[in-house]
Amino acid sequence: MDEIQSLMHGFGVALTPTNLVLMFTGVILGVIIGVLPGLGGANGVAILLPLTFGMAQTPGGATSAIILLSCIYWGALFGGAITSILFNIPGEPWSVATTFDGYPLAQQGRAGSALTAAFTSSFVGALVAVIVITFLSPVVAKFALEFGPPEFFAVYLLTFCAFMGTSKEPPFKTLAAMMLGFALAAVGTDPVTGMLRLTFGSTHLLTGFDFLVAVIGLFGIGEILLTLEEGLAFKGAQAKLNLKVVLETWKELPKYWLTSIRSSAVGCFMGIVPGGATPASFMSYGVARRFSRDGDKFGSGMVEGVVAPETAAHAAGTSALLPMITLGVPGSPTAAVLLGGLMIWGLQPGPLLFIEQKDFVWGLIASMYLGNIAGLIVVLTCVPLFAAILRVPFSVIAPIIMVVCAIGAYTVHNSIFDVWMMVVFGILGYFFKKLKYPLAPLVLAIVLGDNAESAFRQAMLLSQGDVSIFFSNALVGSMTTLALMLLFWPLLGWLVRRVKGD
Amino acid sequence: MAEGPQDRAAFGLKSAEIAVAAFFFLLGAIVIYDSVQHGIGWQEVHGPQPGYFPFYIGLIICVSALVNLVRGAIIRPERDRPFVEVGQLKLVLTVLVPTAVYAGLVGVIGIYVSSIVFIAFFMRWLGKYPWWKAVAVSVATAVVVFLIFETWFKVPLPKGPVEAVLRLN
Repeated sequence: MDEIQSLMHGFGVALTPTNLVLMFTGVILGVIIGVLPGLGGANGVAILLPLTFGMAQTPGGATSAIILLSCIYWGALFGGAITSILFNIPGEPWSVATTFDGYPLAQQGRAGSALTAAFTSSFVGALVAVIVITFLSPVVAKFALEFGPPEFFAVYLLTFCAFMGTSKEPPFKTLAAMMLGFALAAVGTDPVTGMLRLTFGSTHLLTGFDFLVAVIGLFGIGEILLTLEEGLAFKGAQAKLNLKVVLETWKELPKYWLTSIRSSAVGCFMGIVPGGATPASFMSYGVARRFSRDGDKFGSGMVEGVVAPETAAHAAGTSALLPMITLGVPGSPTAAVLLGGLMIWGLQPGPLLFIEQKDFVWGLIASMYLGNIAGLIVVLTCVPLFAAILRVPFSVIAPIIMVVCAIGAYTVHNSIFDVWMMVVFGILGYFFKKLKYPLAPLVLAIVLGDNAESAFRQAMLLSQGDVSIFFSNALVGSMTTLALMLLFWPLLGWLVRRVKGD
Repeated sequence: MAEGPQDRAAFGLKSAEIAVAAFFFLLGAIVIYDSVQHGIGWQEVHGPQPGYFPFYIGLIICVSALVNLVRGAIIRPERDRPFVEVGQLKLVLTVLVPTAVYAGLVGVIGIYVSSIVFIAFFMRWLGKYPWWKAVAVSVATAVVVFLIFETWFKVPLPKGPVEAVLRLN
């Protein structure tokens, strides 16, 4: 078992005192980010990414940096559940389904069991996903080593077409948002010839739009503006978590083993296929309601209704890192930000990482196990503390979040122009969110745009402009076909409804 | 149902849909224009010209913007919902305008002083906090930021005349 050996080596890399401190720091920061309105996994990581530029240059520093950032991500995944259950405010989109049963439980005075169930099932979901990553990613990476430009372009195509197939938003809005991302990515230097594009003589645009600034603006500022509309009275249930409640809930949880398995499977699948944690949590809630004996009681405060979405969300959020490290294709916006981080640190994400950066990859995978254990400990012991953050009035917390976002945007390139761009992206994010233009494909396109274009142009060079190269062998052909099927999925659905309707 | 002035729609969903779709179309058109300038054809040695890929991106933006525009335009008046109500818009603007001013100030007087002003203003004006609380929170935030970024991580943030006087540069 090569994987076990590599994993043990990874634990050796990850288990240094510095990394352990970073792990707990990351998790705590992540939970705070997940709890605060306007800050989420994606832009939380984006804001803190510039702080790691210096860290990543020291030997072994890249591993420490990724451990810090990925632990922020785990923390944010855990944190989303706290606000959903106690305040009925989903801190993250993937926690929306957790409010359905979590908040009623809290109102009945069972906040403790709801939180314990949420955290524990998050942990279980993540654990399953990490095990999947441990054993599946070396296989995928080995497989992907044979990939040439056409195969890589087919993978990118598949990623983006999957958004069309799985997105709940109107297909043409998804398409418009995604292509806007590609257009933003094209600004600046052409990756192949070095010619300047779409800069219109502006020196600020020479380096193009940085996706970190876009993420901070779209998700951070945009989110705060949206939150403001709702008015800002956070009225929440009291959070008390003592050992007795935790143990009692743990005794109850094994009853839901089947739900856990189903939700983990849904989560892992949706995370690897870029659909992301949010649809996974809804799907698994729906599936659990259909199959549960108490299905009709869902929504009135069932522990099972908390277990299902939390397991799936965490499994999806974790397994979204699998395509990121093996193929260089992130499965979620936060994974996209982490991928951007890797590129900034000078690591080329993709199959070669498993050969050239063994320490980094296995250190990261080992830290996923450790980080989630750290996360579980932190959230179980510190819930009241985190809930207290939400009781800080919005007129204090909002400007501070804005300042943090501005600093995050500035530090990406030490450019004040980026702070202005952040505000512009914030306004765009507000409109896009309200009009159901999805942000995830937009962000992914900004990150992957240059790579996708290079792969496409290299493939075209190989074939001298013949598009049939994307069908030239079984592998690339089936990926392209699958991508096209997903692309036209909304159209198919529409046609079927038409035929049935008439 | 009586509607207060705060619940009145500042503008409707239909106009918002049309405006955003038009915005997309404009962006798509700019991308197409720029691509054509750089050549969208085939070049010896380099293969596809720099405008080749963005051209199709721009084209897809324009086509999907047109679809969204039409879908927005055919929303019937009775199904038009408010996009944002007057009261909500006021709240959003009371945050957005100071934030924009703040972003502008960062370049002039540095991030620390403008953050202090921004947070204090926000707490005083929207939160109705006493002055001393507003000043305490804002100055404390700036100090914490300074310690984390300048001292711990050695990441310099933009500074202005005040830092120059205090010799913190």
